[in-house]
Amino acid sequence: MKTHFKKTPLAALLGLAALGASFAIQAQSAAGEGKRSLTFIVFAVIIAITMYVTYIAAKRVRSASDFYTAGGAVTGWQNGWAISGDYLSAASFLGIAGLISLYGYDGFMYSVGFLVAYITVLLLIAEPCRNIGRYTLSDILTYRNDPRKTRIFGALSVITVSTFYLTAQMVGAGVLLKTLIGINYETSVLCVGVLMLAYVLFGGMVATTWVQIIKAVLLVSASLLIVALVWVPYGLSLPAFLQDVVSDPKVQARVATLLGDPAKTMSAADLGQRFLEPGLYLKAPIDQISLGMALVFGTAGLPHILMRFFTVRTALHARQSVVWAMIIIGGFYLLTLFLGFGAAKFVGPADIAAVDAGGNIAAPLLAQFIGGGPDSVFGNFMLAFVSAVAFATIVAVVAGLVLASASAIAHDLYVGVIRDGKEVSPTGQVKAARIATLIVGALAIGIGIASKGQNAAVLVGLAFAVAASANFPCILLTLHWKRCNTAGVIAGLVVGIVAAVGLTLLSPNLTYPKAVKAAAHKVLDEDSAKRAAATEALKSDDPKQVAKAKKEIGALDKAVTKANADIAKWGNAQTSFMGLEAPWFPLKNPGIISIPLGFLAVLIGSLLFRDRRAESLWNEVYVRQNIGLVVSKSTAVH
Amino acid sequence: MTTTDVMDWDAITRDPRFMDLHRRKTAFLWGLMALSVAYYFLLPIGAAYFQDLFKIRVWGVINIGLLFALSQFILTWLVAVIYGRKSSRDFDVLAAQVLAEFSGRTASVRPGVNT
Repeated sequence: MKTHFKKTPLAALLGLAALGASFAIQAQSAAGEGKRSLTFIVFAVIIAITMYVTYIAAKRVRSASDFYTAGGAVTGWQNGWAISGDYLSAASFLGIAGLISLYGYDGFMYSVGFLVAYITVLLLIAEPCRNIGRYTLSDILTYRNDPRKTRIFGALSVITVSTFYLTAQMVGAGVLLKTLIGINYETSVLCVGVLMLAYVLFGGMVATTWVQIIKAVLLVSASLLIVALVWVPYGLSLPAFLQDVVSDPKVQARVATLLGDPAKTMSAADLGQRFLEPGLYLKAPIDQISLGMALVFGTAGLPHILMRFFTVRTALHARQSVVWAMIIIGGFYLLTLFLGFGAAKFVGPADIAAVDAGGNIAAPLLAQFIGGGPDSVFGNFMLAFVSAVAFATIVAVVAGLVLASASAIAHDLYVGVIRDGKEVSPTGQVKAARIATLIVGALAIGIGIASKGQNAAVLVGLAFAVAASANFPCILLTLHWKRCNTAGVIAGLVVGIVAAVGLTLLSPNLTYPKAVKAAAHKVLDEDSAKRAAATEALKSDDPKQVAKAKKEIGALDKAVTKANADIAKWGNAQTSFMGLEAPWFPLKNPGIISIPLGFLAVLIGSLLFRDRRAESLWNEVYVRQNIGLVVSKSTAVH
Repeated sequence: MTTTDVMDWDAITRDPRFMDLHRRKTAFLWGLMALSVAYYFLLPIGAAYFQDLFKIRVWGVINIGLLFALSQFILTWLVAVIYGRKSSRDFDVLAAQVLAEFSGRTASVRPGVNT
């Protein structure tokens, strides 16, 4: 048994060295320069460290408890770093920095929402979960309820949330690695998937925890280094730094582009100042509030985050780990202010958007600039380092997600439902967990490749919306409301999932061909008039006017190409994937409707089908969650 | 840490110290939660409906909106520290007392365990 575990990670280590080499070869052929080998070295070092950790961890994984929860032996501060590593996805590091660099203030509002979410986790969720649960979210939901029924629906919800989140990460990974190191989308997804499988399959939660810790430390260090280089020249003065940002012509030009006609009457200083004011990105007020609800309540329902609380010994450790996580995550999100505004000032919004329209490459480009630019060794080292950190970020988050899904399949569905609580040996449980991991990992790679071109932000939003509408009401009410029972939990899960997914399918997030084609035709109709005006301006004596006109003609050419492509792409299609000509639901974020619906379903379900057993077990739940009695191993097997 | 499996749950819920612990904990947690959530939602509401207020410059180019967003970080950290201290000083002590009192006794019935 022991030798088996010793050999397999070594073989995996060799396999991954080969994988790393293929990275280098592909990257080399893409650029064929010395700086690509620099990228390769940085990637190889990070992969080698995490593989060594996995090798050590694999020796410790013997039971289901080791595999799912690292034997409950993680300390408070370790778990705090691991939660940060599990939570800070590429979406926060690259996505938010990008949003701030392109839209200013509105991007920073995302940072605030993602952090404040931890207040809910700290006050309402972390400690009771540690006291009531064992391996999975369904453990909490089944405590007072019918184990079979609740487990089926609990697992379904976990898999739904994790799949959306996982797909978003995979799509992000494919796009990022393609842009950052020049390997193609499919290979990128495959690399992330295989590496993640190596960690989870051999090292289970022990390896996943350490990979998340390493990644969080790397992410925070890389960000601190960039921010130090950006901010120190300003004598660590926030007003001086932001003054320089708003005075920058690149930033002012960006605001002018975003505002369109109203910008014409504004002074340069006003345009710059506008970058620090709300409303450049988030335009629908209710949508903003709805998104805020999904963030603040959704985090407390994310299965891969909840699972982290089962890795510590007591409620005290769970609390300490959230406090640590709040300090680390808050510190990191504070840095996004400098990463985003720094990128806007030094790289420029136009250049950032030219590489990636969503701004996702803002932080790496800033790192390269601050290190001395594309022609300097340090600049390229910084780019390589930040790219490798982004890669580690994605792998660590994906590992957490796959572990959460695999535990729902192996522990809830296989051990809990299919074997119906019959004794499954420790070896059998670990085997089931590993098989489930392999299945989920393979599916994740497949879905990642199939979802090429999907919008990662919409998928992450959907994951948060389902977690907030289905998981959060059920967990909260089963922990805090005596009358909550099986019928309520099942109703809450079903209504929450259906409402969040359903409203998103009917929302403006989908493509509506009729509107797309109408917009394209409008561009084509207006083209000749605009082109005539620009051609006239070309004759002007003022070189500034001529340059402006040339730029405008270039933009018109691009718009026409895109309009024609859109018309050709959608052909005769009139309706969205759901058969609608226009969105039925006006908001992009369903939370404001689906979260109350989820709560309502738990309430109505519980009241309609009264369950004496659930109520008789209330006192136990009530005492346990209040005085920090941990569910011990012998009692937790339902 | 204790891993006592079965205790007289009903008796504990009737214990005055437990009831006191629960009452204080509930008031503290939900109060703090309501306050934090209300404070947070002032941000998207303000950004959407009170833009003129958010635009007022107070410290160089820094405006009220930006300061308010930064204050959310302070609030979050304060909640973490306040709750951490309150728990370890008050709640954990009370919980340990209740636990010590009851961990010697076992319940006559085992309600619903191992179902």
